[in-house]
Amino acid sequence: MSTKELMLGNKALARGLRDAGCLFASSYPGTPSTEVTEEIAKFDDVYSEWAPNEKVAMEAAFGACLAGARSFCAMKHVGLNVAADPLYTMSYTGVNSGLIVVVADDPGMHSSQNEQDSRHHARASKVPMLEPSDSAEAYAFPAIAYELSEKYDTPVIIRMCTRVSHSQSIVEPGERVAVRKTYEKNIPKNVMTPANAIRRHPFVEERLHKLAGHAEKSPINRVEMGDTSLGIITSGTSYQYVKEVFGDKCSVLKLGMVYPLPDGLIRDFASRVDRLVVVEELDPFIEDHCRALGLEVSGKDLLPICGEFSQNMIAQALGAEVPEGIKLDENVPMRPPVMCSGCPHRGLFYALKTNRCTVLGDIGCYTLGAAAPLGAMEMTLCMGASLSAIHGFNKVGGEEASGRTVAVIGDSTFVHSGMTGLANIAYNQSDSTVIILDNSITGMTGHQQNPTTGYNIKGDPAGKIDLEALCRAFGFDHVRVVDPYDLSACDKAIKEELAYKGPSVIISRRPCALLKYVKHKAPLKVDRDKCIGCKSCMRIGCPSISMKDGKANVDQTMCVGCGVCSQLCPVGAIVSGEGEEA
Amino acid sequence: MDSGNIMIVGVGGQGSVLASKLLGHLFLSEGLDVKVSEVHGMSQRGGSVVTYVRYGKKVASPIIDPGEADVIVSFELLEAARWASYLKKGGRIVTNTQQIDPMPVITGDAVYPEDLVNKMTAAGAQVDAMDCLSLAEEAGSVKAVNLVLLGRLSRYFDISEEAWMSSLEACVPAKAIEINKKAFALGQNS
Repeated sequence: MSTKELMLGNKALARGLRDAGCLFASSYPGTPSTEVTEEIAKFDDVYSEWAPNEKVAMEAAFGACLAGARSFCAMKHVGLNVAADPLYTMSYTGVNSGLIVVVADDPGMHSSQNEQDSRHHARASKVPMLEPSDSAEAYAFPAIAYELSEKYDTPVIIRMCTRVSHSQSIVEPGERVAVRKTYEKNIPKNVMTPANAIRRHPFVEERLHKLAGHAEKSPINRVEMGDTSLGIITSGTSYQYVKEVFGDKCSVLKLGMVYPLPDGLIRDFASRVDRLVVVEELDPFIEDHCRALGLEVSGKDLLPICGEFSQNMIAQALGAEVPEGIKLDENVPMRPPVMCSGCPHRGLFYALKTNRCTVLGDIGCYTLGAAAPLGAMEMTLCMGASLSAIHGFNKVGGEEASGRTVAVIGDSTFVHSGMTGLANIAYNQSDSTVIILDNSITGMTGHQQNPTTGYNIKGDPAGKIDLEALCRAFGFDHVRVVDPYDLSACDKAIKEELAYKGPSVIISRRPCALLKYVKHKAPLKVDRDKCIGCKSCMRIGCPSISMKDGKANVDQTMCVGCGVCSQLCPVGAIVSGEGEEA
Repeated sequence: MDSGNIMIVGVGGQGSVLASKLLGHLFLSEGLDVKVSEVHGMSQRGGSVVTYVRYGKKVASPIIDPGEADVIVSFELLEAARWASYLKKGGRIVTNTQQIDPMPVITGDAVYPEDLVNKMTAAGAQVDAMDCLSLAEEAGSVKAVNLVLLGRLSRYFDISEEAWMSSLEACVPAKAIEINKKAFALGQNS
C-alpha cells in the first residue's frame, strides 16, 4: 500500500532511482545535488559511494552499467563540466544497463560560482535530458529515464534545479523493480578508437532523430489547454510558477523532456494559441529552438536571463496582477554567510592577512575568507584552480610574487582536482607555497566523507589518503602540519615557507567545528574590568564576538571556546569559561 | 485557514529546518496539499536563511513572493525586518526578540536598527514578539527556540492540540520530545 509522503525533490529522486532498479551510485557532492546520493546511501539494496570527483563518478557509473547494473551519478551543474569528457563519448558508446546522469543547476547562485545552463551539455553531447518540476515527477522520472536509456542505447540526463531539489512536495512511492543484465564484450561499440567512433557517430545522429520522434508522443510532454489567448511553453520549476499565476487562464505546453524537443508538438501548440511565450530560467534554450522553427515567440524579451524566476516576476512580465505587501522603511544591514564560531579556517586566514599574503583560493567554506573583515583571498575560479593558478602566477611574477603568494585548498577539493595542479608545481618546479586546509570533511555541502577522512558514505571505516606522504611522493621536501587554532604557529609556518626557495606544502589540520565528534570547550568570557575596548578580538571576524557598552562580549550560545580571539587580546581579558558551566 | 503561506526566517544554523518539517507534517496530516522550500549550502553558514511553507487544496509554486505571506515566523529580530515586505497587508509576524549581530555590524560598517518591533507594527504588521531564547532555556535547552516559536504560532491556527502534538512527536527525536513539548507549551501560553 502506498502512502503519501512529503519529500524533498532530491530524496524523491533517490527513491525513484532505487525503485526503478538502480544498483550502483557514484557521485561527488555539490549543492544543490548532494542529497540525492545521501538519500540513496540510506538504502542497503543500492551500492553507493562518494567518488573523488564527478569525472570519476561518471566513469564508475559507466563501468557499472557496462557490467549490467542500472546505475547513476549525481553532480551540480559545474560538476558536469568536470565530467563532460566521459559524457560526450558515452553518448557514442551508449550503455548496457541504463545509465542516468543527475545534474542540478543553481539559478540564482544560492551556492555556486556561476549560473550555467546544463541543457547546453545535453545538446552538445547529443544526450536526452528530462526535467522534473516537483517531487512527484522527481520520483517518477528515473523509471522513464532508465527505459529510454536501455531502449535507445544512451545515457539519460535528469536535470534538477535548486527549487526542485530543495523543495518538498507530496510523493506516493511504489515498489522497487529488479533489473539485471550481464556484461557482453563488444569492442566496436565500447572501444572508442577513431575507427570505431567514426562508425558510432551516425548511430548517435539517428538515435537523436528517433528520440525527437519519441518526444512527440511521450506523456511527460503534455498540453494543458485553457484560455487560448496566451500559450506558454515551459518546464521544471517555471511550470509551477506559471500554474500559480494563471491556473487554467492560459494554455500550457509542459515539457518533461527538454532535449531533444518535439517540433511537431510545439508547432501544433503554437497554432492553437494567439500569443506564444516561452517561460524558462537561464538561457533561451527552448525559445531559440522555437525561433529556428520559424515561430513568432516571446521569452527573454520579457523575462531575465539572469537569476531565478518567481510567480510575481512572471505575473509582472505577462501583465497579471502582483500583490502588494507591507512597506518597512528601514535600512536593514546585510547578513552575509560567515565562517562559523570555532571554524578552524579562521586562525589560518588571520595569519595570512597579517602577513599581507596574496591568497589564491578555491571552492569550499574557506572561500568565506574573502569576506570582511579577513578579506584574505584574491582569486577563486573553480575546483582545484588555486594550485594550478599559483604556479602560473609565480612563474610570471618571480620572487616578488612567490615571496608573498599562497594557494589555499580544502582536503576534499585537493583530492577532487588539486592533485594534478600539485603535480605541475613539483614537476615544473615553481617556488609555490600550498596550504591544504584539512578539516577532515567536505564542509560546505554539509559534511560528506572523502578519501582523506578514512570513512565511506555510510560512515564505515574506509581507505584513507595520507596527505603528507602523498605530497612527499610528489617530490615536495617541505611538508609541515600546523594547528590553525595556534596563531603563532601559523604565522611562523607561513613566514618560513614563503621565505623558502622551492615548492612547499603546509597542512593546516583541525576537524570542522560542526562535526559531531568534535568536543567543544565551554564558551569564553570577557573580564569586563580588564577589557579596554580595543576591538583587537574583532579583527578575526568571529560571529560570537560583538561590542556591548564599549567592551567586548562573547555570545554564550554560539562560542565553542576555540580560544583564537583570546590570543589577540593585549590585556588577557578573554578568559576560559571552563569550570563555571555545570 | 484552509490555505496559507508561512515563512520561517532566521540565521543559518538556528534550526529552522525542524520547524518547517513539523509544519509540513502538520498540514499534510490535515489532508492538505503542502510545499516546503528550503535553501541549503553557503547561506547556512551564518547567513540570512528563509524557508517557505505553503499549504492549501492545491499548491503549485514552492516559493512565496513579496506581499504573499500570511505569517512570518522569525528566529531573530533583524531577520523579521529583512523579510517584512513579504508580508501581506495586515499579516502577522511571530518573532523571537533575540538579536544576533551580522558581520557588517560586528565590523562597524553598519548599525543594528533600533525599535524594530514598533517600526514593523507601524508599517502595518501584527507583531507578536517574545524572548524565545529565555523560554527555551526554561524548557531545558537553548535549541528549543523553534518549538517555542511554533507554540506561539499555534495560537493563530484553528488546528487541534492533538494534531500539533502528534506532528511534534513524529518530527522531534525521541529523547528530545519532553523538552520540546515544554517549549511548545511555554511559547503558546507565555
